[in-house]
Amino acid sequence: MAVKTYLQAISDGLRDEMRRDGRVFLIGEDVGVYGGAFKVTQGFQAEFGEDRVIDSPLSETAIVGACTGAALMGMRPVCEMQFSDFVSCAFDQLVTVAAKQHYRVGTPVPIVVRLPSGGGFSGGPFHSQNPEGFFAHCPGLKIAVPATPADAKGLMVQSIRDPNPVLFFEHKHLYRRIKGDVPDGEHAVEFGKARVHREGSDLSVITYGAMVYTAEEAADRAAENDGTSVEIIDLRTLTPWDKEAVLGSVAKTGKVLVLHEDTHTSGFGAEIAATIAQEAFENLDAPVVRITSPDSPVPFAPSLEKAFLPQVDDVAAAIEELSAY
Amino acid sequence: MAVAREAVPVESAEDIRQADLDREDLLQIYRNMLVTRGIEERGHILYRQGKIPGSFYTGRGNEGAAVGVATAMRADDVGAPIQRDMGVHITRGTEPWRIFAQYMGRADGLARGRDGNVHMADIRLGLIAMVSHLPAMMPVAVGAALSFKIRKQPRVALGWSGDGAMQRGDAHEAMNLAAVHQLPVVFIIDNNQYAYSTPGRLEYACEHLADRAAAYGFEGVVVDGCDVLTVYREAHAAIEKARAGGGPTLLELVTLRMEGHAVHDDAFYVPREMLEQWTRRDPIERYRRWLKEQGLLDEPADDEISVEVKKLLNDAMKRAEDSPLPDPSELLDGVYADPEELDTPHHR
Repeated sequence: MAVKTYLQAISDGLRDEMRRDGRVFLIGEDVGVYGGAFKVTQGFQAEFGEDRVIDSPLSETAIVGACTGAALMGMRPVCEMQFSDFVSCAFDQLVTVAAKQHYRVGTPVPIVVRLPSGGGFSGGPFHSQNPEGFFAHCPGLKIAVPATPADAKGLMVQSIRDPNPVLFFEHKHLYRRIKGDVPDGEHAVEFGKARVHREGSDLSVITYGAMVYTAEEAADRAAENDGTSVEIIDLRTLTPWDKEAVLGSVAKTGKVLVLHEDTHTSGFGAEIAATIAQEAFENLDAPVVRITSPDSPVPFAPSLEKAFLPQVDDVAAAIEELSAY
Repeated sequence: MAVAREAVPVESAEDIRQADLDREDLLQIYRNMLVTRGIEERGHILYRQGKIPGSFYTGRGNEGAAVGVATAMRADDVGAPIQRDMGVHITRGTEPWRIFAQYMGRADGLARGRDGNVHMADIRLGLIAMVSHLPAMMPVAVGAALSFKIRKQPRVALGWSGDGAMQRGDAHEAMNLAAVHQLPVVFIIDNNQYAYSTPGRLEYACEHLADRAAAYGFEGVVVDGCDVLTVYREAHAAIEKARAGGGPTLLELVTLRMEGHAVHDDAFYVPREMLEQWTRRDPIERYRRWLKEQGLLDEPADDEISVEVKKLLNDAMKRAEDSPLPDPSELLDGVYADPEELDTPHHR
């Protein structure tokens, strides 16, 4: 066990799998010589060579399509979209080709698409988004959204080993800010198993990614204010998502706040809220509340972006209101 | 301004012997073309009988192009053919009864009823199943070629597109990536002059689509797609060049789509004289004539082949009709792959 940043943990997971399995290779814009825009793959080309760490032209469609072709030939490609926003350019290859190939003709497509995502740095409308909702709607794709360094490594390893196309969302605001214990050596985290980030009894916050930490600060504040005990469930993966863990927490607390950084309408929180309403209605003591970004593009100016992203104050206020219900 | 090379037609049997084809190979090409057309003609009948759900597409006029290219592929080469390329599936060994079952949405179709038409492929035969969004399979073929380069395997990938599909960005990204990394891939354009109802002049403004290859830094060749032997020779040369590390080639195979986009379309927009002119260039008739002129096929042998093909297809249709529709209880099977599916020699 060693303390690592979230970014180092992703690198470790990638490097371990590349050392273990000669079929794993990386392709993306600036991932080789430069080591990736965020330096996740720094030093990889020196260790694994130009054939396994490939600087591609600016061609998201070809990057993802090439991964699919290589995967069909038995490789385990990992590609990087420099920013998750750019995955829109590869939408067709993911949704039309990779997601449906196994259902149609039974050929697995084991690819991983790395997606540096999320806002908070004035990245503006094209370097800040959380596009997981588009893909959560597409059967055939899997989605990982790690929050902790240990999960960043474990889910990366599991994503590479998974026989399906996996979208791996790595939140940029966690890269260097979040540090934590990461198991050395072999460490894989199963998909579809949520993690209890904080145990509580009065109210459940269902969340993932960077919002786990926003929820944590708000929960600390609630505990200090009036002793409200908040449980935080970190989903870890959205496809599949751990319905049992969520419903179990609802049964325990009776009050739920669903929190994500993606925008509101048809966001993944809507699926969670609808499922709770349908399957845990009898356990609810209050309406399910959703805190998300509003339905607008991600704005650039710090004042606007702060108003856009869910803040600790927003979550704390919602917790207070919900616990008084 | 044309920049692509225009392929000189194959003339004699001696020409073609130099490209490694003996008499049996030449007759197999003939059989494959007949089976290809025969399957689509029978499919058309099945469609009119109401036995094929959805729509139905044929590749009449493209048999020479498809069979010619596929004949030039080696056993462990890989291709992602498109909707007029039934001849590729036949040449690679796909069993006709499974194709009829595919048409009818049966459990023994290559897509087991999850997809129809030519949206099929047997990966064990080195084929990758197309999607409708052409040319989405061009980048996929490039990825197969990338894996061959990484693993230093002497294999070649082929990616198909059409005169319409070439106007989408996937084609550009795929050809550019392949050129930058000198990948062992050959790009094939089935230029049948119409993308649904839209003629080539409304799809592109260069003289030949193969002219574009020069802009990516590799060779483009315009080939008479109705001439199976010239197609074979050019495909063979391009494939072996790629295998030897010479990088990609773009082959534009020019034909005319002899039927509508799909069976509902009577292709009223294709000038009658044009159809008549291209009927005279029919790839099968032309090849049969050549085989006879070269003394490689006589009437009795031709009759024998024709009887053999008819029997094969009639038996195949019967067998396919016995295949059940998929069971609704299997609806959700296979949306996701299981880990043990990767535990195969192919994926290890």
